[in-house]
Amino acid sequence: MSFSMFGKISYISETKVSDFIKHLENNKIMATRCKRCGKLYFPPRADCPYDLSSDMVWEELSGKCKLITYTTLYFAPSGFEDDIPYTIAVAQLEEGVTVYARLSKEIKDDEIQVGMDLKLVPVHLPNGRISYELKKP
Amino acid sequence: MSTRVAVVGVGQTPFTRNCGMSIRELCFEAFKDAVEDINLTPREIDASIVCSAPEYDKQRSPSSLISEYLGLTPKPTFYAESLCSSSTTGFRIAYSFIKSGLHDVVAVIGFQKMSELSSAEVQERMGRGADIQWETPFGSMMPAGYALYARAHMQKYGTTEEQLAKVRVKSGKYSVLNPLAMFQRVLTLEECLSARVISSPLKLFDCCANADGASCVILASEEKARKITDTPVWVAGVGSATDTLSTTGRTNFTGLTCAVEAARQAYKMAGIGPDDVDVAEVHDCFTIAEIMAYENLGFCKPGEGGKLIEESQTYIGGKIPVNVDGGLLSKGHPIGATGGSQIRTIVLQLQGEAGKVQVDGAEIGLVHNVGGVGVYANVIILRR
Repeated sequence: MSFSMFGKISYISETKVSDFIKHLENNKIMATRCKRCGKLYFPPRADCPYDLSSDMVWEELSGKCKLITYTTLYFAPSGFEDDIPYTIAVAQLEEGVTVYARLSKEIKDDEIQVGMDLKLVPVHLPNGRISYELKKP
Repeated sequence: MSTRVAVVGVGQTPFTRNCGMSIRELCFEAFKDAVEDINLTPREIDASIVCSAPEYDKQRSPSSLISEYLGLTPKPTFYAESLCSSSTTGFRIAYSFIKSGLHDVVAVIGFQKMSELSSAEVQERMGRGADIQWETPFGSMMPAGYALYARAHMQKYGTTEEQLAKVRVKSGKYSVLNPLAMFQRVLTLEECLSARVISSPLKLFDCCANADGASCVILASEEKARKITDTPVWVAGVGSATDTLSTTGRTNFTGLTCAVEAARQAYKMAGIGPDDVDVAEVHDCFTIAEIMAYENLGFCKPGEGGKLIEESQTYIGGKIPVNVDGGLLSKGHPIGATGGSQIRTIVLQLQGEAGKVQVDGAEIGLVHNVGGVGVYANVIILRR
């Protein structure tokens, strides 16, 4: 599957980290780690700017994370109108990296609390598209 | 010895919707406003820097078009872009041109004609202000970016929706004294609080609006400045910094790290501290942005921005008057023109020409202009 299938609308089709989608289809959320300096990257990067190395290894994330901040949108950019309202959140994974994703609609408004435990999981979208979202653990 | 640099002229068009002019004509109006009352002819301008956010332009390479229309050819012209802070980025480049001795008089022209695109085209572009590979696919947009900061600020410091609304109430109060503002309207706290939610906790009046408009700032070396005007305003400090475009690259969601760094540089260069500033223009694209600016510029401690507006300390007569021209919230936000408009407000204050919103005895003024959701920050300190 091409990276162009990532998320509801993708503006990117070619990327050196397109294997991310293959892993996502296999129910795995992967980060990359620089073999030279050991830094973990999520969203995954193909290149480490600190030592100019592209020698990276894929590494699975546990998905365990905590909510840092969130917002519920009642007004959306073109192409997302039929999702309104939807909640975008930032969460910190236990591995130390940060994720920007939608909060599952299963979580009710009055249940959302900054600091709450969440789990980052792959999710299948309509039309064969694929993404990840934040759910209750 | 390198020269001091002064602002010798400022100009601005009204900020409106559907301005009825092409971009070259918009820029001409701001340019004329800046140049007509000073002793300077366009032929004496050595270089120009044109600033806008190109995703809203139909014209490719607008600097060439604007330079021609203003009669500035064959002098060099340059194009500067850093989203909403484009014209203060142009200002920084102009400052360095003069400081280096390369040019003596430089015009910075900022513009945006956001009504040139259809609403659908504008909506489509709004989503692409974030990292298009990892964030845009989730339905991101500008208000959501600042809303993430608002939520985190409220959570950490207990900042309230009432305090956010009070920033807009202040903006409304001063907007009716600014004939160039798009919204000249007093708003009550209740109107602000009962408005529809755009991206929680931000509601309609917590957000600025797209507009058409242009601004112009003319800078000159000390020797030239003395000949051009009797009231030069000196550039005392400039600071500039960036943060990651991606939200996931950030570690702090309660303040704009790039603004803190830009302010540190500007204060250091000017040899002053926050308490020395008499009047400030801050980038209030959203109400939370103004509250964070109070803190990031050192007008209060981190977390006390809500209290500062609650106590009306940023009104004229308070500890530090902020955005007494109505700010972006009331003026409207024609992206490339905004920084120049902020500089114009501070220059008029320091020249004693600010009319009904004059801060008595203002000697030192500050401009804080931010591009994107805290991606680019420029802080400029001006002195009478």
